[in-house]
Amino acid sequence: MTLAAPPKRSRSLGRVFVPKVTLAHGGGGKAMKDLIDDVFVAAFDGAAPAVLEDQARFDLASFSMHGDQLAFTTDAFVVDPLFFPGGDIGKLAVCGTINDLAVGGAKPLYLSCAVIIEEGVAIDTLRKIARSMARTASDAGVKIVTGDTKVVQKGACDKLFVTTTGIGVIPSGVNLGAQLARPGDVVLVNGRLGDHGAAILGARGDMALDTPIESDCAALHELVDALLAAAPGIRAMRDATRGGVATVLNEIAEASAVSIEIDESHTPIGDEVRGFCEILGLDPLYLANEGKIVIVSPPGQAEAALAAMRAHPLGVRGCVIGRIAQGEPGRVAMRTVFGGRRIVDMLVGEQLPRIC
Amino acid sequence: MKYVDEFRDGEKARILVKGIHELMSTMDTPKDRPLHIMEVCGGHTHSIFRYGVEGMLPKTIELVHGPGCPVCVLPMGRVDDCVSIAERPEVIFTTFGDAMRVPGSKVSLLQAKADGADVRMVYSPMDALALARKHRDREIVFFGLGFETTMPSTALTILQADREGVTNFSVFCNHITIVPTIKAILDSPDIRIDGFLGPGHVSMVVGTRPYEFIAQYYHKPMVVAGFEPLDILQSIWMVVKQIKDGRCEIENQYARVVPDEGNAAALKAVSEVYELREFFEWRGLGSIDHSGVRLRDDYARFDAERKFAVPNLKITDPKSCQCGEVLKGVIKPWQCKVFGSACTPHSPLGALMVSSEGACAAYYQYGGLKKHEAAT
Repeated sequence: MTLAAPPKRSRSLGRVFVPKVTLAHGGGGKAMKDLIDDVFVAAFDGAAPAVLEDQARFDLASFSMHGDQLAFTTDAFVVDPLFFPGGDIGKLAVCGTINDLAVGGAKPLYLSCAVIIEEGVAIDTLRKIARSMARTASDAGVKIVTGDTKVVQKGACDKLFVTTTGIGVIPSGVNLGAQLARPGDVVLVNGRLGDHGAAILGARGDMALDTPIESDCAALHELVDALLAAAPGIRAMRDATRGGVATVLNEIAEASAVSIEIDESHTPIGDEVRGFCEILGLDPLYLANEGKIVIVSPPGQAEAALAAMRAHPLGVRGCVIGRIAQGEPGRVAMRTVFGGRRIVDMLVGEQLPRIC
Repeated sequence: MKYVDEFRDGEKARILVKGIHELMSTMDTPKDRPLHIMEVCGGHTHSIFRYGVEGMLPKTIELVHGPGCPVCVLPMGRVDDCVSIAERPEVIFTTFGDAMRVPGSKVSLLQAKADGADVRMVYSPMDALALARKHRDREIVFFGLGFETTMPSTALTILQADREGVTNFSVFCNHITIVPTIKAILDSPDIRIDGFLGPGHVSMVVGTRPYEFIAQYYHKPMVVAGFEPLDILQSIWMVVKQIKDGRCEIENQYARVVPDEGNAAALKAVSEVYELREFFEWRGLGSIDHSGVRLRDDYARFDAERKFAVPNLKITDPKSCQCGEVLKGVIKPWQCKVFGSACTPHSPLGALMVSSEGACAAYYQYGGLKKHEAAT
């Protein structure tokens, strides 16, 4: 159902007076309506158009004015803990879907938000997360227009799962794709790698490591706009989330049937993240990011792309990390700081800390 | 970053590589018989691949990746025992992360977890003891695994549990010891190792003296090596220099961490808690006398093997596996019949494909270049 209410109804919103979510809040009755009104409609109100149907409705013209291709994506967020240095699951869910649209060159316009709540979660926790989603969406100029809530028994999910779906429009003439990389192209990233993955591992608290590392969680569509304006020939962009930059590079190498050569001395990794990885035996190239994109640019426009990136607050530490090469298709290799060379393959599963 | 970057300095690496090339050029090694230097420890294997060390060496030196990855050499029967303990409803089974994926004859701990067993990853046995204090109504079992590097921390945790009178904590002890294993490799008839890089972290505990027999009786040089890539290059240079000089000594490149006499406090805890087993089964190498430890009778109440009836079945390695030959340097990982086909990191058949420290997994992940270059 839609979460949004017209402004005139806002005075009659329901209120939740109990401290925690119970199964009653998922029962479809008054308690559920109160939860939706109190937590979600209250937060998203103002960001949403006044509709009260089971679906959000749009004029096609409101899309076609931005371009000629619709972009549509969905992503589920199950991060633990819900709040971490640099963000929370709400901010992450909004930024993640915006970024999935943005790296296709799309202008993100509308989001949906579905939440699965484990009984026992504090109402205040939900309020905080809904407000965080609303703030992030409004800062990004994106509207959350529809959604759903479900409440499940204790143990059936871990506190809170959020799924966002996004719609955006790709301006005519923009055509980005992982299959478009060509030998000679330049590979760039917009800043330090691995911050989000390390921040989450640190925030879980079972490492007994105090780290000042903050997640890089951010909406990147304005940075992408700036990049495409400065370097319209950019071939491919991918946000380097799960699996990190190493995984994205492998995806591009495979899709384009090219090899990629990166230089370890040019991969930007913060000292805190390096130290964290050294202690735990992890490789920062495989750590998740939530505000980093890998960009493949034709050589002639790489300078312009780099300059545009560095002029944007989310790309100040942007740099060139490597090149597309003519070697074995699908292979990503790295020149190590040490002067050796190694393959950077996809991981089989999760990175597991080593025994010794 | 301090204490890291200085050990990965590319300029110093070039000087060392040049030194190794110069030494080798003055030596009379036939082209078809390169020097075989074995790094005993899985940590070294990992560094060698991660920094591309192998590709920097002259073709007249071949590194043989030894048995020192405790996850890799764990036999399937022991993994089955882990799973059978973990499946008990009262048990919380705790383990280091990279042991989760080791295949048993039917399932790994990761699969057992998916099937409902309460398996949790910990970073220290002390984390497992903390769980035991927190969950008095559950049995907390720690999967004790590793060489002398991790043996003391398990021993100290048992001593702590004993002092606190904790009754719901036990250890499934699979700790193994390096010296009998090196001896078994040296006694193997098909082996051709010219020198060793000694395990740095094990030696931090046991010191360098237990290796003297390698020089005295087997006349092979060994250099106890650190784990940074410069440590490894320098240690290789030291091994080659010994060979050139006709010396066989136990040298210590890692003196900033390894005292020759070892760590007395750690050794005391180890001998207090453990005794040698008559033999222990290794994946790929078979049974090796006195190569494992178990808890002494005084600490029997912390011994999961005695607390829970484990099946303790011996499961033979799959016939197609050639892990033993790879471990001994007889063949290279990619020369194994099932490498990359029936045996991949995704579904490992043999021990060496399991952990990122295993030689085959390392080749699969990092070593495509080497294989590619060897083929061309």
